[in-house]
Amino acid sequence: MTNTPPAAADGARPPQGLPAPDNESSTGGAGGNPIPAEGRVPPTHPHAHPPTGLDAHLIVDLKTFHLDVTLKAAPGDVVALLGPNGAGKTTALRTLAGLTPLTAGHLHLDGTPLHRTPPESRPVGVVFQDYLLFPHLTALDNVAFGPRCHGATKKEARAQATTWLTRMGLAIHTTTKPRHLSGGQAQRVALARALATNPRLLLLDEPLAALDARTRLDIRTQLRHHLAEFEAVAVLVTHDPLDAMVLADRLVVIEDGRVVQEGTPRDIARHPRTDYIAQLVGLNLYKGQADGHTVTLDAGPEIATAETLSGEAFVAFPPSAVTLHRTRPTGTSARNLWHCEVAGLETHGDQIRADLTGELPLAADLTTVAAAELDLHPGASVWATVKATQTHAYPA
Amino acid sequence: MSDAAAETLESGPRRRRVRKGVRRGVPLPLLLPALLGLAFLLLPLVALLVRAPWSTLPDQLTSTEVWQALRLSLLCATAATAASLVIGVPLAWLLARTDFPGRGFVRALVTLPLVLPPVVGGVALLLALGRNGIVGQWLDSWFGITLPFTTTGVIVAETFVAMPFLVISVEGTLRAADPRYEEAATTLGASRFTAFRRVTLPLIAPGIAAGAVLAWARALGEFGATITFAGNFPGRTQTMPLAVYLALQNNPEAAIALSLVLLAVSITVLAALRERWVSPA
Amino acid sequence: MTRSARRTRRTLQAAGVGAAALLALSACSSGSHSDSTKSDSSASTSSSPKLSGTITVFAAASLQESFSTLGKEFEKQHPGTKVTFSFGGSDSLAAGITGGAPADVFAAASPKTMAIVTDKGDGVGTPATFVRNQLEIATLPGNPDKVASLKDLTKSSLKVVLCDKTVPCGAAAQKALDAGKLKLTPVSYEQDVKSALNKVVLKEADAAVVYRTDVKAAGGKVEGVDFPESADAINDYPITLLKDAPNAAGAKAFVALVQSAEGQKVLTEAGFLKP
Repeated sequence: MTNTPPAAADGARPPQGLPAPDNESSTGGAGGNPIPAEGRVPPTHPHAHPPTGLDAHLIVDLKTFHLDVTLKAAPGDVVALLGPNGAGKTTALRTLAGLTPLTAGHLHLDGTPLHRTPPESRPVGVVFQDYLLFPHLTALDNVAFGPRCHGATKKEARAQATTWLTRMGLAIHTTTKPRHLSGGQAQRVALARALATNPRLLLLDEPLAALDARTRLDIRTQLRHHLAEFEAVAVLVTHDPLDAMVLADRLVVIEDGRVVQEGTPRDIARHPRTDYIAQLVGLNLYKGQADGHTVTLDAGPEIATAETLSGEAFVAFPPSAVTLHRTRPTGTSARNLWHCEVAGLETHGDQIRADLTGELPLAADLTTVAAAELDLHPGASVWATVKATQTHAYPA
Repeated sequence: MSDAAAETLESGPRRRRVRKGVRRGVPLPLLLPALLGLAFLLLPLVALLVRAPWSTLPDQLTSTEVWQALRLSLLCATAATAASLVIGVPLAWLLARTDFPGRGFVRALVTLPLVLPPVVGGVALLLALGRNGIVGQWLDSWFGITLPFTTTGVIVAETFVAMPFLVISVEGTLRAADPRYEEAATTLGASRFTAFRRVTLPLIAPGIAAGAVLAWARALGEFGATITFAGNFPGRTQTMPLAVYLALQNNPEAAIALSLVLLAVSITVLAALRERWVSPA
Repeated sequence: MTRSARRTRRTLQAAGVGAAALLALSACSSGSHSDSTKSDSSASTSSSPKLSGTITVFAAASLQESFSTLGKEFEKQHPGTKVTFSFGGSDSLAAGITGGAPADVFAAASPKTMAIVTDKGDGVGTPATFVRNQLEIATLPGNPDKVASLKDLTKSSLKVVLCDKTVPCGAAAQKALDAGKLKLTPVSYEQDVKSALNKVVLKEADAAVVYRTDVKAAGGKVEGVDFPESADAINDYPITLLKDAPNAAGAKAFVALVQSAEGQKVLTEAGFLKP
């Protein structure tokens, strides 16, 4: 799979028309600000233990696409690369596996430089998006393939493979050909196959994307369990925030080939720094200049906040914090009041989500009853209020 | 052509399903030309059968030369197919899986023997590998090997003419096959060659089989390059097509009889191979 | 020959005629039909007919060089005429004629192939032998193997090619070998005389038994060696008018040219013997 230049995000709703936050300044450069992981010796450290884990600066220059991503992780870490389609997640994964060459940068795994090492010599296991189980081999022989290539005899390899399949709960499917496996079983065989070579780096490309919604829930839980047991670095690529948050200890958000934000799932959910992330976690996000309790957006409007800040800042609030009125409200305690127009309406769970344009573009959630009472329809003129206490402001 | 052949070698169950679909009704604009095409291909064979000298057939086929020629034909066609497999499959892989400057040109060159009149191919082989050829003279003076007028020469000529069929067929299959299986294999520690041998090769086996059948059939019927490069000597270089051609000069009945033998043998072999390859898939 | 067998042969001949017929047809289509009917009426009586139209000559491959020369000469002598040739193996030409190819003249390399046509009644009158061809040994230039006789060819160190016994030059070579009580195992029995010659031209074979005319035509690329046994295997070349000739008058005039002193000169220069 090659990466195409960033295109329309799959299924994700279109940007909410906020003034686009400047990605570059928000991350402090493409080199990223590595978040120190516990118990990890920084690779630049001149002495002490040999460095362990992953330390990579991946630069790939394709004609139409530029990737520049820094990734660091300690053994036991599960890192999720999250981003819209075409952001470069898969390219990043392929460079880690050695399937796409690095144009520049470096790749160290447990202190060993790997960027010149061919894929077959890297201690890396990959679970591909559609698993790519060898169709002509049984589940057992698929898993035994790796050990065989690493010099085990046929018998040893099969014994190891049996152990892995048993661990995955697939002991009765050893002689099954991949086309007779269910999606979930195939996913587990693929995982077993990748783990059977005892990799120091496990890569998973959209490991749950090929599954239907029901098995997905189940397999996600199992995968979380297996990843928790895995003692080396695991990097998974996904465009699904839920997968990322459930499976990973740390998220690295990639847009247009660059890291735009990284941190724990909780961190990122609370402090989104780009529209894409804000959408993923369901927040309205704005960027502007803070002065005391007010953030003045680049486009003009002001937002009153509870926090006191100064300088560049983000303001975020959930769509549920927005109250809508058909006439200009009087006597409201809300400090934020904007005149908007309904651009679109859609069902969102048991709520209605209103997409608003006007003074301040934003998303608002309201109950079906409220929507009916307000007689909302596209083109309707509304007033939106948000309490300052329901906003969350943080430095950019 | 190669694609169509590959199609016929697809797995059994799928074929059957397709056939069931056909029964729902074939559009007339397809059916009529299809039947015409079939008739066009079969009519000459039917004519051969109708006009065969059935009463004298047994006498025509008793001469040892006939069986000698048939044995030689089968031997050489099979050897040429084997040679084509050994060097043609890697060539197809190179063309399908690697990128090098002038690859398009090389691909065109590979198909050249398809458009070259076989006799010209034979002359070209003589100029290259003959006793006085640009490479052949060294083969002769260093190793004492001369290819013209030998059975090996027949195999060389047949390989030259038949291999492009195999290469084109295999290359097409390789291009259609998902290269990511090879990638998956390399991430599991397989060298590129191991990945090719243990993953790609089994995956494209139907395409290779189809290509091999095409090459074998082409080699079996080879005339021009063979007679030009290897000459004609009973038992050594006289294959069935050569025997048929020379019989045609003064004994057309014998020529028809020989053609029938060649026809019967090839149909038997091709049908048997098809059965064999279709069932286990 | 049984009836069914005869039919078989006929079919086969009909099939073989395809290419030749196409050639001949394309030649005919150049407006020769209306012309030939006009000249036909006067041709039978007039002693110096005004010839025109296309004359189609089917001739043995060995006649290619000399007949092409004669064709040009003929067109010069009779402005407004065009001589088209179909050169090929005498067998396939004969098959073409009996299969209905529209030809005016047939010149064969052996009486046997001529008989195929005359037996069917497709010829006019008795074919006349217009030249004879003798075998010669073609060796590499300079005769490095010092071949001096037919017997020398039986040395096992030499790679010799013969024509296949089914074609005239092969049959003749066999006759010569029989006459000399020699046994020769060649490396190949070639499908026609030109292929045999080419093997020597390309230096793949050390020697070949071919016709003198072929040695001549090859120029300096081979060297000819005469041998006495060839006298026992001289090939007669018969020529005949064809019954269904679209241009009978032209055909007659062309045959006359071939048999004239002028025609014989061209042919002997090519290495043929006078009849």
